[in-house]
Amino acid sequence: MKFLSRAYIFIIFALLYAPILVVILFSFNESGNLSSFSGFTLYWYKDLFRSGEAIEALKNSLILALSSSALATILGTLASFSIAHSKNKYYQTVMKSVTNIPMMNPDIVTGVSMMLLFVGAALMFKLDNVLGFWTMLIAHTTFNLPYVILSILPKFKQMDKHLIEAALDLGCTPSQTFFKIEVPAIMPGIISGLMMSFTLSLDDFVISHFVSSPDFKTLPLYIYNQTAHEVKFSMYALCTLIILTILVLLIAVNLAGSRKKDRPRKQKRVKGATAK
Amino acid sequence: MKSKRSWFERAASSPYIVWSALFIIAPLLFVAYFAFTDRDGAFTFENILSLSSYSETFVMSLGFSLIATTVCLLIGYPLAYCMSRTSERSRSILMVLLMLPMWISLLIRTYSLMALLDNGGLVSTFLVNIGLPKLTFIGTDGAVILGMIYDFLPYMVLPIYTSLVKIDKRYLEASADLGCNSIQTLFKVIFPLTTPGVVSGVTMVFVPSISTFYISQKLGGGSFDLIGDTIERQFQNQVTYHTGAAVSLVMMILILISLAIMNKFSDNEEAIIV
Repeated sequence: MKFLSRAYIFIIFALLYAPILVVILFSFNESGNLSSFSGFTLYWYKDLFRSGEAIEALKNSLILALSSSALATILGTLASFSIAHSKNKYYQTVMKSVTNIPMMNPDIVTGVSMMLLFVGAALMFKLDNVLGFWTMLIAHTTFNLPYVILSILPKFKQMDKHLIEAALDLGCTPSQTFFKIEVPAIMPGIISGLMMSFTLSLDDFVISHFVSSPDFKTLPLYIYNQTAHEVKFSMYALCTLIILTILVLLIAVNLAGSRKKDRPRKQKRVKGATAK
Repeated sequence: MKSKRSWFERAASSPYIVWSALFIIAPLLFVAYFAFTDRDGAFTFENILSLSSYSETFVMSLGFSLIATTVCLLIGYPLAYCMSRTSERSRSILMVLLMLPMWISLLIRTYSLMALLDNGGLVSTFLVNIGLPKLTFIGTDGAVILGMIYDFLPYMVLPIYTSLVKIDKRYLEASADLGCNSIQTLFKVIFPLTTPGVVSGVTMVFVPSISTFYISQKLGGGSFDLIGDTIERQFQNQVTYHTGAAVSLVMMILILISLAIMNKFSDNEEAIIV
């Protein structure tokens, strides 16, 4: 039984990783076809960086991920604070349902709806070419917000309410109480929300596909354009570099996490989860 | 002091309220507006009515994503179960191995699968070498469904695994003490306790599968038309925005209905965050 279960785990993981390993292997393949491995080369890696487009796309991705995750974290922290402290049940329900919308909708609907908003607004105000960095920033912040709020709200619930009363009694103003008592207490939630939205933003393709313009391309959009028609081995090289970066980061996070016992659990995007 | 604080509390959420009105609610209203108007802005049911010509697309997408979801559940549940039974040490390694594909972009994973299945690719070369006839994978129904399964399997396993490890071991002891054999324990104790994980996993596989367009573009060899492809194509040209909006609206409503049905199955209302 134990053997069967191990064999099963092994087979499924082997299947899960086979395509990824093939890409890594063939990114070093000299002959530039997929049927056989003829010799080791770094040619495709040089090919990848020849045009500078890949570096440009990486830079754009990082700028967008940093700014949208920061903006979403600020807006989301303030909103969670207000939702958590409100006594008005109706207000809480409405806020939470609205927050859930971008998570429940498939990405393509979110992308399309944002695009129609921008196109509609452009028609109304007689602007052209609204799509670009700013529309991407708005879209990314919007789909990041629910994840920030969902990771911060529970921290407000867990914190000791007496601390707030004590701070207010001892003469703190509401904003001092917020910054000196509450923000430190919910810090783990803020950090995990920030990290999650940063990675979601780096990873997003579908929503960006609809609200972007050719002059501001992120890494996923660049990969999409490059892989549109034919097999490109320089893309295998890029995929290999991305996979290795993720692997290193994931191992580093896990090593750091296993040192700290009560690390905040890493949260992955969940569609249809209900905020409570 | 009390009133000053509640003023601060209300003011704190105003940026978010404005943001969500502008960028969550308004876009959805725009979808509805485009779906119910023609190019001159006049109210019409034409776009919605014209969807009947897409009924085949809807049925095919629904069929593909249901098959993919079912297969993911059938492969994923046993996998999660086996993983939850291993030692603490190997569990944390397996978790990293399971999370890694989730962090790798869907584009890259689909593209890698394509490398394996491509006409001159490893699998077909291998089959020819062992004397089998040359098979074409790209462009078949099977390849698109396989792509969905391959891309979204980790999203099925993770929530189920999380709810499996959370089960209190004492329930299992109690069930054994009260005379259940291990099969009965599995069906009467473990299954019911993991329903929230299953519902969450099914949602996380079903929703992206039914709305995908990249998988069908790559593995379908350009000949496939799922709902996602239809929407994507309509939005490449401003003329067909209205039809595209109608398709999106209908798909959104279909998904909301299926989510509501699925949430009925899990009586646990708690946020299922893995």
